[in-house]
Amino acid sequence: MTFALETAVDPSKLRRVAIEPLSRVEGHGKVTLLLDEQGHVQQARLHIVEFRGFEAFIEGRPYWEVPVMVQRLCGICPVSHHLAASKAMDRIVGVRQMTPSAVKLRRLMHYGQMLQSHALHFFHLSSPDLLFGFDSEVSRRNIVGVVAAHPDIARQGVMLRKFGQEVIRATAGKRIHGTGSIPGGMNKHLGATDRALLQADLPQVLDWARQAVAIVKQLHAAQPALYNGFATFRAPMMSLVANDGGMDLYDGVIRVRDAAGQVIVDGVADQDYLDLIEEEVKPWSYMKFPYLKSLGPDDGWYRVGPLARVQNCDFIPSPLAEAERREFVAWGHGEPVHATLAYHWARMIELLHAAEVIATLLDDPDVLEGELMAGGMRRSEGVGIIEAPRGTLIHHYRVGDNDLVTTCNLIVSTTHNNQAMNEAVRSVARDYLDGHELTEGLLNHIEVAIRAYDPCLSCATHALGQMPLEVTLRAADGSQIDRVRRSPHGGFTRPAAA
Amino acid sequence: MPAPLLVFGWGNASRGDDALGPLFVQRLPGLLGGVQRQRVELLEDYQLQVEHALDLVGRERVLFIDASVDAAAPFTVAPVMAAEHADAASHALSPDALLRVYGQLHGCDAPPCTLLAIRGERFGLGEPLSDAAASHLEAALRWARGWVGAV
Repeated sequence: MTFALETAVDPSKLRRVAIEPLSRVEGHGKVTLLLDEQGHVQQARLHIVEFRGFEAFIEGRPYWEVPVMVQRLCGICPVSHHLAASKAMDRIVGVRQMTPSAVKLRRLMHYGQMLQSHALHFFHLSSPDLLFGFDSEVSRRNIVGVVAAHPDIARQGVMLRKFGQEVIRATAGKRIHGTGSIPGGMNKHLGATDRALLQADLPQVLDWARQAVAIVKQLHAAQPALYNGFATFRAPMMSLVANDGGMDLYDGVIRVRDAAGQVIVDGVADQDYLDLIEEEVKPWSYMKFPYLKSLGPDDGWYRVGPLARVQNCDFIPSPLAEAERREFVAWGHGEPVHATLAYHWARMIELLHAAEVIATLLDDPDVLEGELMAGGMRRSEGVGIIEAPRGTLIHHYRVGDNDLVTTCNLIVSTTHNNQAMNEAVRSVARDYLDGHELTEGLLNHIEVAIRAYDPCLSCATHALGQMPLEVTLRAADGSQIDRVRRSPHGGFTRPAAA
Repeated sequence: MPAPLLVFGWGNASRGDDALGPLFVQRLPGLLGGVQRQRVELLEDYQLQVEHALDLVGRERVLFIDASVDAAAPFTVAPVMAAEHADAASHALSPDALLRVYGQLHGCDAPPCTLLAIRGERFGLGEPLSDAAASHLEAALRWARGWVGAV
């Protein structure tokens, strides 16, 4: 299947613009635009170097090692991989029903991760664009600029991050390389001292979370044309929901709504995901393109993540976030909200929900005591699905009789959103770049659209000097017209012509 | 009261020489005497993040350690100054951007910070530490004993 602007008729005659790698996006990705001699976009593609090879890294290891090892996949959301792998390995050890204490402790860890990840994305990565505008000078369009102009907001972001990290430390045992979740349950309770410290911070955290939602709402209200129209396109939405239709970010069944908001798939068990999803390979991208088997690759691609989750569920089971969800849904006037920038609004509703869930769980005596492990009949295959900060995360393993992993398949949130992010790039290219002179501000529009999805790519290797951003302009004959390099610190230089 | 010295290394232990930062942090305590160990807090993470600005509070000195593809072998040492116009180009911060955030959050300069950049060669997933990086690590650890002991 080829979509509009995915492949030009005669690429050899077009001017090539490459944005590589994307800034404020985890890992390495690049965007290529082919322009004709009039400056019209004829082809737009987002390429992502995925962490291929990770499955092979896991295969051959003992299954009980996997929940710890997979945390090294991602420096931003290691807890999501820790828990998705744990859920899959629960199946391997035959556990169908976790103990109440283990489930609540894992949920606490997960919602702590959700809170800190969403805080990082909004306050650190996206608010610079949203507060200063997409065309503002680079030095203002970053967290330092936010701190200078909005010191309270920036401080809130840092402190929310810190709180989420403390929840993770208290439940996982360590700030990183946590070992709290193990196949079949958890290996420790929450300490009473940690609970008291976290509870003391909660009123402030809840207040900041409410303010964060209010900020995003204000942005939408102030510029409705921009926020409704920027990189907007219709697409189905997929996520887990609880059996009662409520939002559940830790566990549930798979639900899909079509672009009109009608539920077209519901109640699919996590173990049956392969009956639902297939992945298409395209020769120009390292990352696969998942789609719903029933609809095929043309119509079956979908969105995941906060925008999908907030609209896929029937309700959010916490009062403050539910009130915000209703307001969000009302913004669509009876239609699903498909605006790319609405990801930020939905993300902050989830941040508020995460804070409310954490508050509830900290009040629950089961996190301090109770049975932590369950058991069952050993199995050879298990699937674990979790709603990670960026969207649905699937871990699928087969384990041999010798306890070693024989097969590993991971479908991460960013892969689910591959087609949607490409559509966002094409939408921006169509609306903002076509026929215009290329400027850093215009190119940032593309990055703004991609950043809304908070993609997390091959990450956690970041040695000093390894993350430049380079933009190259090439004429139709292939000759280089211009080249600009952005350093990891944001400074721009023009290297000598090649 | 936080320990007066913070030694903070970052990297991914499963990506070849990117493990240099965490390995440094794990190895250093074994090279220090009891009194010196009490003066040092060790911190390890995957990446440098905004909340790490809070870990710098109340320190006399801070030592950052990261693998580097640009540093001359075996390592380079340089003071870190708060960036004047630093940009956060990814989820992770650079050391100078972190100091900038510190200054903006606290209204004052961060404590003196030094970046120890240890030369790395290979960063592939599942790769072991390269022989060259292992040698660079030993040299960096020898240097660090002096840094900890300096008054």
